Amino acid sequence: MAEFLTKSRARNIFYGGSIFFVVVFIILTAQSHKYVVEVSTAGMPLSEEVILGKHVWERHSCINCHTLHGEGAYFAPEVGNVMTRWGVQDDPEDAFDTLKGWMEAQPSGIEGRRQMPQFNLTDAEIRGLAEFFRWADQTDTQGWPPNDAG
Amino acid sequence: MKYQTQRVAYWYFLAAMGLFGIQVLGGLLAGWIYVSPNFLSEILPFNIIRMIHTNALIVWLLLGFFGAAYFMVPEESEREIYSVKLAYLQLIILVVGTLGAVGSYLVGIHGGREFLEQPLWVKFGILVAALIFLFNISMTVLAGKKTAITNVLLMGLWLLSLLWVFAFINPDNLSLDKMYWWFVVHLWVEATWELVMAAILAFLLLKLTGVDREVVEKWLYVIVATALFSGILGTGHHFYWIGLPGYWQWVGSIFSTFEVIPFFLMMSFAFIMVWKGKRNHPNKAALLWSLGSSTVAFFGAGVWGFLHTLHGVNFYSHGTQITAAHGHLSFYGAYVALNLAIFTYAFPLLRGRQPYNQVLNMVSFWLMTGGMAFMTFVLTFAGTIQTHMQRVVGDYYMDVQDSLSIFYIMRFGAGIAVVIGALLFIYSQLVIRNREIIEPGPAVTMPGE
Repeated sequence: MAEFLTKSRARNIFYGGSIFFVVVFIILTAQSHKYVVEVSTAGMPLSEEVILGKHVWERHSCINCHTLHGEGAYFAPEVGNVMTRWGVQDDPEDAFDTLKGWMEAQPSGIEGRRQMPQFNLTDAEIRGLAEFFRWADQTDTQGWPPNDAG
Repeated sequence: MKYQTQRVAYWYFLAAMGLFGIQVLGGLLAGWIYVSPNFLSEILPFNIIRMIHTNALIVWLLLGFFGAAYFMVPEESEREIYSVKLAYLQLIILVVGTLGAVGSYLVGIHGGREFLEQPLWVKFGILVAALIFLFNISMTVLAGKKTAITNVLLMGLWLLSLLWVFAFINPDNLSLDKMYWWFVVHLWVEATWELVMAAILAFLLLKLTGVDREVVEKWLYVIVATALFSGILGTGHHFYWIGLPGYWQWVGSIFSTFEVIPFFLMMSFAFIMVWKGKRNHPNKAALLWSLGSSTVAFFGAGVWGFLHTLHGVNFYSHGTQITAAHGHLSFYGAYVALNLAIFTYAFPLLRGRQPYNQVLNMVSFWLMTGGMAFMTFVLTFAGTIQTHMQRVVGDYYMDVQDSLSIFYIMRFGAGIAVVIGALLFIYSQLVIRNREIIEPGPAVTMPGE
């Protein structure tokens, strides 16, 4: 390595540059936080039902089979657009009924087919989960996923 | 072993290897469920097994890092560890917390943010353990000699512990939740852990090759500078499709492209130091792991990361088996192999022996590396087909998955090789056999025919 780059110069570049990038990152993060709240997720209120649904989603660790906005395990289908895929995104009652039917039919027990556990959710929990999925579905995700297949 | 308190590392490494065993067996089980989906589906569903697989990995890597710090810092600072009792207390908290987490997963108690599923009390335990560690190791370094290696190592460990705070911050707004979640996940593995990795690698190369410290440490600063300059804004490559502003597509694409550089430098660093080195160190297995780690990290994290990091590509490949392929090879190369390198280097010293079982150890390297490479290739093929059929053509997820079964069978086969390699590695560290399976020939400096 060239002689002008001494160890202490390398160290100073490391510290100085890192601080610079941390500051830029913090500024962009703050702006993004504001954008999420005011723009990309503002299409539907963050209601009690949506929050309950998020807790149900977390309590049963759904992310370790499914993906949500493409993040999670890759063992089961994407759910960030599941309400669109089922054609019930604009109808909360339909969304609830369809999800309830789905959840209560699990596990399918079909041989050679991936199995989803029976979570024994209450109606309130299923309604929350449906609202949570509708809320996630309406988020502006820059056009992702490319199609309804998710 | 120059300092008595380095012995602490032995117990950290043992605990780490125990969890390593659990991790790969969990992985094998998960791989089998891909092949035979009804297996255990009522008793132990896939999501539970996957949590054990990923959580065991993260904790054992951290235990390895902590152990490595307890091993390296006395030699670097030229003094004993500040408090051995605190070091053992920290280990006990971490082991109890980990077993508690695994136990509670098995009975269905867990959170639901990926990789951060630990119950709250375990999260606090990790926080307390990290604080004990930072106090203990900082007191040791402050009282002793300061080197670039300890500087970078400590900076990495301090920052990763601070970032753990975001494990407690879970906004109700899903997009915000995801954004802050990446503060732990991305800024660990693609920023602060790289600092720890580079410091351990520098320490190993210093010991194994005998290259001048000035040279090693200058390389170290350049590597970690490129790691943070690219990695911090590189976080943007996770912000494309989760509800964040569109400019992240450009910030993320550009800076995460540069994330290849630190891995290329680490690989170059390792090979150049060995080339320039004058020492013929007897621990060949540790050298193999050091070179192997930096090389596989370059391919797994660097090349396979770049493969799907540009937003135009990621729009289609996001959330497919491509990500799984990259995840497996990058974790294996950068962090698993590096931990096994420091274990291999340190174990004979900690047990007061000459390097032993090197042949078995090197066999385990090739089994694990070969297995992980094969797994990565088949998952990449699976992911490519999945991307095309599901994201371009628009076929439904489960239909596509059914057509990928051949790749999942091959992945399971690769997993068997990895598990055998891992168990062989653990055996080669724990059981001291008197002779190598293949005796080395005499060292001759003349060229052959």
